[in-house]
Amino acid sequence: MADRITLQVTRYLPEESARPTSQDYEIPLRKDWSILDGLNHIKDHVDGTLSYRWSCRMGICGSCGMTVNGEPKLACATFLADYAPGPVRIEPLNNFPVVRDLVVEIGDFLEKLSAVKPWIIREDEEPVEGEYLQTPTELAEYKQFSMCINCMLCYSACPVYGLEPGFIGPAAIALAQRYNLDSRDRGSHERLDVLSTDEGIWDCTFVGECTRACPKHVDPAGAIQRYKPTAVAETLKAFLLPRGKR
Amino acid sequence: MSEQVEHVDFYARWYKPRISRLWWLRRRSYLVFVLRELSSVFVAWFVVFLLLLVRAVSQGDREYQRFLDLSANPWMLALNVITLFFVVFHTVTWFDAAPRAMVVRLRGRRVPARIVLLLHYAAWVLLTGITAWIILD
Repeated sequence: MADRITLQVTRYLPEESARPTSQDYEIPLRKDWSILDGLNHIKDHVDGTLSYRWSCRMGICGSCGMTVNGEPKLACATFLADYAPGPVRIEPLNNFPVVRDLVVEIGDFLEKLSAVKPWIIREDEEPVEGEYLQTPTELAEYKQFSMCINCMLCYSACPVYGLEPGFIGPAAIALAQRYNLDSRDRGSHERLDVLSTDEGIWDCTFVGECTRACPKHVDPAGAIQRYKPTAVAETLKAFLLPRGKR
Repeated sequence: MSEQVEHVDFYARWYKPRISRLWWLRRRSYLVFVLRELSSVFVAWFVVFLLLLVRAVSQGDREYQRFLDLSANPWMLALNVITLFFVVFHTVTWFDAAPRAMVVRLRGRRVPARIVLLLHYAAWVLLTGITAWIILD
């Protein structure tokens, strides 16, 4: 194994240039270094002006999403050695405006996330002794979707989000399902108004790239397809049944 | 803070790359997806062709013979060969997608994706068999 590897990092410095450029950095290639370790090496020892987001270094915080050799990846969970002898192309996430270097603007995602009300909604909060109980089967219903870390790799992989920026997107819908399928939640009808729209689930054409990109195996594409029949049934029920029976 | 901070869609300093018209050539999976969407056009033609056949059969021997002559036209034959490819492609790719969209539970346990897929193919073979038996009998 060669002992050095080149990272071709996209630089965008709006005060210097209106378009991004690429800058090569040659760094040590160590077996246990992730892409993030490589970027931190550049930041600490080579070029302190390089900007990127990171926090936990262990695939939990979802901050360090970027495009590595064309694929959306978490920089902390992607290893340099897998790309030897290089070079490795590192770009910001696709489908988001770039603020600086590898830092993208995520306000749009955060707005969409809060629009689907990703929290437990109760109509009447009953005072309970201890906690609301849940069986393992009830937990299994939504557990997979609760693994989402909001890293936005799925938005970067989704061509629909790139073409139709109004699309609520994979992670927000998967997280809506995380609460819809929770036995303690009573808010699914509130989420229906946001999800069952042209810019909600019906924009999704099941490309499936979100599921392939997801580092936590959440399967957002599956969540969206599973919600489609539910949305149709709920809409029909609202149309056919008197208010009290819904 | 009394002021409400609102999200702004775009600042001049942000860089927003344009998506190329040929975005679907960038990855194999995007190309397969676009071909799957395109296959719907051929599925629609397949249905029209079938309806034309049924109409020709119902209108007697002469109409049926005319329909057979039309179908033997090299252009029509070429179109139908392409249609067959896309209809099979459409079916296979949708069958592959089905287990992810369908969650079937039996006695509280989720039926494995492989079984759901297998049942789709079994239903396909069965229906093809019944159709072939009706036509060839």
